[in-house]
Formats: sequence, C-alpha cells, structure tokens
Amino acid sequence: MTNQTRRQFLGGTAGLVIGMTLPLRGRAQSGAANAFAPSGEPAKFAPNAFVRIAPDDTVTVIIKHIEFGQGPNTGLSTLVAEELDADWSQMRAEQAPANNELYANLLFGLQGTGGSTAMANSYTQMRQAGAAARHMLIAAAAEQWGVPAEEITIEKGTISHAASGKSSGFGALAEAAAQQEAPAEPKVKDKSEFRLIGTDRPKLDTPEKTDGTAIYTMDVFRDGMQTVVVRHAPKFGATVASFDDAQALEVPGVEAVREIPGFGVAVYARNTAAAMKGREALSIEWDESKAETRSSEQMYEEWSKAAESARDVETAGDFSGKFDAGETILEEEFRFPFLAHAPLEPLDAVLEVKDGKAECWMGAQFPSLDKPAIAQGLGIDPENVIINVMFAGGSFGRRAQPTAHIGAEIAAIAKAAGGDGSWKLVWTREDDLQGGYYRPLTVHKLRGALDAEGNITAWEDVIVNQSIMAGGPMAGMMKDGLDPTSFEGGTKMPYDLPDMRVGWAQMETAVPPLWWRSVGHTHTGYATEVFLDMLLEKGGKDAVEGRLALLGNDDAGRDRAVLEKVAEMAGWTGERVKDGRGYGVAVHESFNTYVAQIVEVSDIEGFPKVHKVWCAVDCGVAVNPNVIRAQIEGGIGYGLGTVLFDEITLLEGGTVAQQNFDTYRMLRINEMPEIEVAIIDSDADPSGIGEPGTPPVGPALANAWRALTGTTVTRLPFRAEKV
Amino acid sequence: MVKFTVNGEERSVDLPGDTPLLWVLRDELQLTGTKFGCGIAQCGACTVMMDGMTRRSCVTPISMLEGADVQTIEGLDDPETRAVQDAWKAIDVPQCGWCQSGQVVSAAALLREIPNPTDEDIDNAMAGNICRCATYVRIREAIHNAAKTLEG
Repeated sequence: MTNQTRRQFLGGTAGLVIGMTLPLRGRAQSGAANAFAPSGEPAKFAPNAFVRIAPDDTVTVIIKHIEFGQGPNTGLSTLVAEELDADWSQMRAEQAPANNELYANLLFGLQGTGGSTAMANSYTQMRQAGAAARHMLIAAAAEQWGVPAEEITIEKGTISHAASGKSSGFGALAEAAAQQEAPAEPKVKDKSEFRLIGTDRPKLDTPEKTDGTAIYTMDVFRDGMQTVVVRHAPKFGATVASFDDAQALEVPGVEAVREIPGFGVAVYARNTAAAMKGREALSIEWDESKAETRSSEQMYEEWSKAAESARDVETAGDFSGKFDAGETILEEEFRFPFLAHAPLEPLDAVLEVKDGKAECWMGAQFPSLDKPAIAQGLGIDPENVIINVMFAGGSFGRRAQPTAHIGAEIAAIAKAAGGDGSWKLVWTREDDLQGGYYRPLTVHKLRGALDAEGNITAWEDVIVNQSIMAGGPMAGMMKDGLDPTSFEGGTKMPYDLPDMRVGWAQMETAVPPLWWRSVGHTHTGYATEVFLDMLLEKGGKDAVEGRLALLGNDDAGRDRAVLEKVAEMAGWTGERVKDGRGYGVAVHESFNTYVAQIVEVSDIEGFPKVHKVWCAVDCGVAVNPNVIRAQIEGGIGYGLGTVLFDEITLLEGGTVAQQNFDTYRMLRINEMPEIEVAIIDSDADPSGIGEPGTPPVGPALANAWRALTGTTVTRLPFRAEKV
Repeated sequence: MVKFTVNGEERSVDLPGDTPLLWVLRDELQLTGTKFGCGIAQCGACTVMMDGMTRRSCVTPISMLEGADVQTIEGLDDPETRAVQDAWKAIDVPQCGWCQSGQVVSAAALLREIPNPTDEDIDNAMAGNICRCATYVRIREAIHNAAKTLEG
C-alpha cells in the first residue's frame, strides 16, 4: 500500500493534536490512564501520551508501533531523547496499548504498523512530544530556582543554570513539571542541532532478546489457562461438515473439543503438547463444496490468459503502433508464486475473559482492528477489551490483518468454551504455511520495443493477480476499483519511458491474500528491473549507464544518486562477468525510500551462490544508521531466500504442498552473502526502512545470473522444488 | 515420572513419555526463553544443552531424559555464553529476537568446541539455526568477536 494512497484515504493528520496536548485530566477520562502507569510506581510526570518521567530519572517512551525487529522502540525513543537532550542510558521503551485516539498511525488514521511508516509518521509527533516535556521541565526548573527559563540548558539528562550553579536530573523536577502548562506548539530542533539523530546507539530491546527474558505472546501464562490448537480446513473455503472427537478426548491433557464456526475444530488442553496431540486424533469431515480447488498451475494458465482483458492503470504517450514500428521487440512472461511470510514466532494470542471484560495479549499489528473483532466475537463492547501489544517474533506483514482473523479466532475459542477463563491460541508452523494470507500469485506480461539505436521506444507491463484490499475492510481505499497494492512499483516508474502502458487484471480466489514485506513491490520490482535489464542488454547499453540515461528527469534525482553510489561501491565497470562471477544491478523505490543494489554471484552446479551484495539507500534523515543497516541486511536476506527457494504451491484439488521448513526453505547462514551498505546523506524527512531493502535483491540477482549463465529466471523461485 | 535436572535444579515431570522437552520447559517450568518455531528440528529456536551437547528440545521426548542434565538460555552462565551475549549486544544482533536464544546457545557451544572458528566452522555449526530476520551477517561477526574476547 502506498503512503500516498493511505493519506488520500484518511485525509490528514488529525490524531496529532489529540495525542500531543491532551491534558492530564482528559487523559484519565479517555480511558488511557493505564498507559501511564501500568506497573510499579506511578510516573511523576507524563506530559503527553508518549512520554513518562519517573522519580529515578528514567524516561519511558510509549511506542505506538509494534516492535518486531524493525526498531521503533529505539527509533522513536531516539526522537524523544533528542528533543529532551536526555542521556541514552535513561531511556526506556514500552508498547502502547490499543487506543486509537491516542496512538493512531497518522498516515492511517488508525493505530497500526505497516507500509514502513513507523518513523515517517512519528518523526514530527515524537519530537514534539519530547520538546513538550523539555519545555515543561525547564519551566519547572525556572520556577523553583527563580531564574529565567531562557538561561536554562539541558545536557545529557542534566538540567542546569550556569549563572547560579544550580542543576538537577529530570526525576527531581518531574512532579513540578507536571504542574506546568504544556506548550500548544512545541518547538523542535533544527537538524543542525541534532546530537542523537544520525548517530548510532545501542538498541533498547537488545539485552532482553539476548538472554531469553523478552516476553512475547507465547510466553504469557495466566492462571488456569488452556492452550488451544485448531484444525483448520485443508482447502481454502472448506468448512466443517462433521467431526468425531472421541479419540482426541482420550489424549491425556485434552480437556475439551469445540467447533469454532468459520475457523475449524479447536482442541483445548492443559498444555501445548497435549493440544497438538489431541488435534492429531481428531477425525473431521469437511464440506468442500465452496472450496478453492484449482492448483497453482491452473491459476498460472488462467492468469496468463486474463492478461488480454486487463484494464489500463497507467498510460503515457502514443502507445499504439509502437510495437509494429519497433526494430526489435522483446516479450517475457514472469510468474510469481504464492508466498507465506513465515515469521519465526507462529501466530498466537492469549485472551482472558472475566465478568464481561476481556484482556488480550497479542503481537497485534493493527490493534485498532483486533479490538473490535475480539469485542464482536465475545459480544461485548470494545470499551471492555484491553489489548496488550506484545513483542512479536517477526511479521513481515503477516500480523497486519485487515480481517483481524487471529483476534476473531481467539474470541471464538473463548465464546465456544463459554464463561470466564483464559486461553492461549497457538498456530503451528503447518498452520502458518498452510493457512493462507499469502502474497498473491501473480503474472506479469512485459513487452518492450527498441529502435535502431537500441533506445526503448515502448514499454508495456500487464499485471494479473488477486487484490489484497478488495472485499475487505480496506476496500474503501480502492479508487475506481483499482488496488494499488497489486501493481505499485510497476506504475510511476522513475524512468523516462514516454510511450508506455501498465495494465491490471483482477483475479478471484478463495485463498486469503495479504501484504508480504514490500507488498506489490516484491513482484513489480523483479519483473520491471529484470525486463529493463534485458532491453538494455539487447539495445547494447550498459546496465548502470543505460539506467542513468533513463533517469535524467528532475524527479529521478534520488534514484540516480543511489544507483551512482552503488556502482561506485562495487567498482562497476560494465564488465558483467569477471573471474567466473556474474554481476547484476537493480534500483527500486518503495515507501519513499530509494534503494540500489549490485549482486555478485557464481554458479555452483547450476544453482546461484551469492557472494556479496552492495547496497545504497536513501531513506531521508537517517535517525539510527545502525538500525537502517540492519534492516537492509535483513531485507536482503529475506528477499534472497525467497527468490532462491520459496513458493507456496496449491496442488490439484487445492491443498497446499508445503507444510514446514523442510519444504518451505529458509535462507541459512551459509547462504547469506556479505553485505555492504551506504546510506545517502539526506535532509528529507525519514521514510520507510523495514521493507525497501527487499525488492531490489531478486532482480539484481536475476540480472547477475543472466549475465553469468545466459538464463533469465522468469518463474520464481530459482529452485522449483517438487514437493 | 521422569527425573532430570534443568539449570542445576532437579525436576520430576509426570507427563506422557512422548511429550517434547520444549513444552515441558515452556508450559510446565515456564522457562520461556526456549522458543517454538517448527516442531520438527528444522529451525533451531528450541536449542538447549543436554549433557553437554546442543539438542533440539522440540523433538526430544521426555522419555529420553531420565537423569539428563539440561541447560537452557536462562541457566547458561559459562564464559562462552557470556562472551557470546556480550558480543551480541555490542553490535545489536537481534531484530525480532525469537530465534536468538537458540542462536546464542548454538554459538556458545561452537566456541566451547572450536575456540577460534573459521567462517566455515560457523556455517557448519550455525546452519541449523534459522533467523527469519536474516541477522546472519551480525551473528557471524559477533561469533568472531566473542572468540577474540575469549582469547583474551
């Protein structure tokens, strides 16, 4: 989903005012008071919904975005620390509870994490939150010390007045600061005054993720809690016809079996092992009358044919006749499989119901949607649902559920059990890989024409896939029936291609789709950058020089800069094969971040071995360069493993071939290339970093592989394993 | 009833013999640092030390455990584990963190066997531990750094 789309849909940034200037009393009334002192000693000073200062000088930043490795706890705390001139050692981070009023993503209008927007939508808001706290601390010091506020400075968490020699930590002034009026428009620093932003510091969540003490959803235990696993339908759209639970109930530790309509059959047990074993003993008849029974192969053929009836999404120039007049015409069809996200912590949730109220612990990426889903499932008011947003063991889009299906499933489990109690829903890896919510299966049909000089005279990209948004709660974001997440990256390309067309044919399946790390860009980046490379090669142009020649327009400055930088880093000479190794390049912007990569590959018995990836990235102001490098490294590894190994395949009849990591292969350490990252110095506001590292690695690899072997991989993954 | 020690403490467990150690650690003893990722010994998130060797607890039935000595991330406090954890923290290895207990246990076991591992040694010892966030570049670097620290 593009930022622009979200902005258009949600219309502005109204959440800012609420989050920023809510007075103390109003905060309590809003029901969010527990955000400020959920445990231990109450804070002395909570100037707004985001900052809490305790007597021991610790500054806790309430993080409205879920932390699953992409770094918002550190990133957003950096913004507050910067404006407060706090010392990094006094900073703490805590996940915000579900509360739309206070913690909306300003680009969505709802509380949620996605589209690589955490930093982009928080940059001003969190600096203002820190600046407000600073203003109030200084006002309190000025009052207590009887000195002018303008003469007070803060340095590394110490508030000082040079002339009088007075100084204090934050904690001692916290109570007095709480009595000060919050500034209506807190003034934030100019970039030239930054001390923390742009430098590296230890991530706040590293220690607890190194010694095993970090608590995730699956680590939550409640008194008397039952663990529940659910047998989901073996085909998408199938439902339970009948079931026999006699054997399951004989498994020691199994306490109940219930059908949960819409989801399957749930086994309630005293521990996870018993629940899993009980599930194995279930006997279920499925009604497959409405199930998806087509195989991936059948879908590819249908999708390919449907390209003919694609509607226009973007056109420019005089497209007609170009392919007749062109000296050379190239055509290629690309096929992209369904993909599972496979976060290493499988999906899970804990729900406790007591006296008509519910408390949930969950790696909720869209808590704004999970909360009403839980309330609805239980038949209670959303006001009576608390969601504790937990650390999550990865997501890559999987926990951002417009259907809130995990919230709905745990609520259905509680409802079917009846009464008060607590339950933990655990999805196994098989549930995860076979449970749908995949990156949609996609076909691209590309055509390009070259003139006698090898210049590209026409470009056509027809994209065929299922819409992620259609039919769901986000369908309202679609304009004219178009789902931008289906073709983003194929449209609005930075290149000068005056005569061009992008088409889209929307397909239907019963397989639930979902955004997968970088969403449409995963396939559009691959198809466009591989096909462009083929056209450049056919036209006798160098892959870097040829791209730069097409990036001459004023809007392409940032694309140009990352491409030039990465070519310099890799020592690009235009030589595509050197000492038995192939080299390929790709550049792709997603989520307003510009990324260029060069891949070095060799051929080991017909399969690629990637040795090195060079990457230049421009994501605006680099708040935490170390986090940016980490996201690029991880994004490359994630994208690389996928193009090399991964596909979810529907077999004849509609069952999923892959079950676990033995058949859905994850990249391993011996397959991870060396990575060199350069961050372009920029004054632009920060843009996304969680996703943009992923799209370019596939096409850069494919281009290197074509240079080395002459083979263009047009059907992914590289290794099509039969399972 | 199976008796074994976990992190030096004697435990007796009265559960079916085919119950995987992983779920005893997590659900019965609430030692939640050991994680579930696949259940079939493919990902390494559940790695613990058993009688001095790394072990995938998700495929270790407790019937195998009579008299065994199990150590989890919560209990490991040897020089190698500490060096690995310090090295992890120094360059911020974790992202989501779910696999990292298993990575730390495997890395410390490697350094006990091979104090100064090559890249190939690291590949061989760590290839059984999946990191879906692909923090591998840093895992490799941190293991080398930990080895240097231990060398003194």
